[in-house]
Amino acid sequence: MAAKVKITIDGREIEASPGDRLLWAALDSGIYIPHLCGIREENHPPASCRLCFVEIAGMPNPVTSCTQPVTAGMVVYTRSSQVDRLVRRGFQLLLSAYHLRCGECPKNHTCEIRRIAKERGLKLRVKDLRPLDRDLPVDASAGDFVYDPNRCVLCGQCAWACRHRAGVGILGFVRRGMERRIATFGEAPILASGCTRCGECVKACPAGGLTFQKEASG
Amino acid sequence: MPDVENHDELRQVTEILQRHSLEPGNLIPILQEVQEELQYLPREGMRLVGRSLGIPEVDVYSVATFYNQFRLNPPGRNQIKVCLGTACHMMGGYIILDCFERRLNVHEGETTPDREFSLERVACVGCCTLAPVTVVNEKTEGKVTPTRVDGILAGLGFKKDQAAGKVEAEV
Ligand code: SF4
Ligand code: SF4
Ligand code: FES
Ligand code: FES
Repeated sequence: MAAKVKITIDGREIEASPGDRLLWAALDSGIYIPHLCGIREENHPPASCRLCFVEIAGMPNPVTSCTQPVTAGMVVYTRSSQVDRLVRRGFQLLLSAYHLRCGECPKNHTCEIRRIAKERGLKLRVKDLRPLDRDLPVDASAGDFVYDPNRCVLCGQCAWACRHRAGVGILGFVRRGMERRIATFGEAPILASGCTRCGECVKACPAGGLTFQKEASG
Repeated sequence: MPDVENHDELRQVTEILQRHSLEPGNLIPILQEVQEELQYLPREGMRLVGRSLGIPEVDVYSVATFYNQFRLNPPGRNQIKVCLGTACHMMGGYIILDCFERRLNVHEGETTPDREFSLERVACVGCCTLAPVTVVNEKTEGKVTPTRVDGILAGLGFKKDQAAGKVEAEV
């Protein structure tokens, strides 16, 4: 394993392995950066949520920290007016297609959505964007957990987990544009699609898309 | 639910697969050939392609639903294409689509169980002054109204009691 290098994040010096991606180096050192789609083990992160922006000294524009490899002496700022603007807008866009109603959500207070809002002082309300209320059917076929596509942020964590952690691979992205969603082959119920009910997808979900039934009743 | 035609279809898909090297990178060309031969992508065919390429079947479905060029239902003997381009959209194209959906008892992108009618939406077909436009078997019908929808269907031999359920979307 390569020797550790020192980098500076928000004025704090931390150690990281060169080549590690910045997002995980920061999180490991207790420095929070918003993130939904980042996958530590994945060599080609999708970088689709656009929430993990940081500024790096010497780079003209903010970069996504989930894709940015660490290099020795790197100087990073997790906040700047540009970063804040990008994150605020990205978060708003995401919420505009999200069925909030936190009070009715099994993951209220434990989801990453609320964490991001809290950490960055963002409102859990959409002001100037037209909400996309899709009212898609909820899939409770698996019994132990529920899939609510209306509370899905399309981060892809569940599909990755089902494929690489569970070794099953029944979940994936289907359709496109506003119709884009996570589903199974033919959009059949999860249980009818070869689900082993291992729960890996639910554990990976940062939002209210996949929730354990226990969470729902407790 | 495998129907009678499935055997033939699957044999054709198998033949297409035999003409390609079975790598995930060939997914799209394979699907294109299947569609060219069968006019659509049958479910069991997609499954077979997934198995043969060693990729999850949902990946095949993912690609098939991403690109407009792929259809998941066989074309009907009568093809109805409702224009939802900008002009037709403004002139109520959605209402016309809705009328066809109700009459035929299928959704956009589907085919009646007897394969007599398939219904799709298309973007501008180039005669916006006639909006809202519907193309019926290559014939352009302009200024379509809900009553004209009934007329068009009657002209194609559609009887109301024909709308007995739609092609099942379930696997
Ligand atoms: S619970 Fe089912 S859908 Fe979820 S990861 Fe396991 S096999 Fe895949
Ligand atoms: S269900 Fe959860 S994990 Fe899966 S894409 Fe949606 S938000 Fe992400
Ligand atoms: S975590 Fe980096 S773009 Fe989503
Ligand atoms: S928008 Fe329908 S023909 Fe142009």
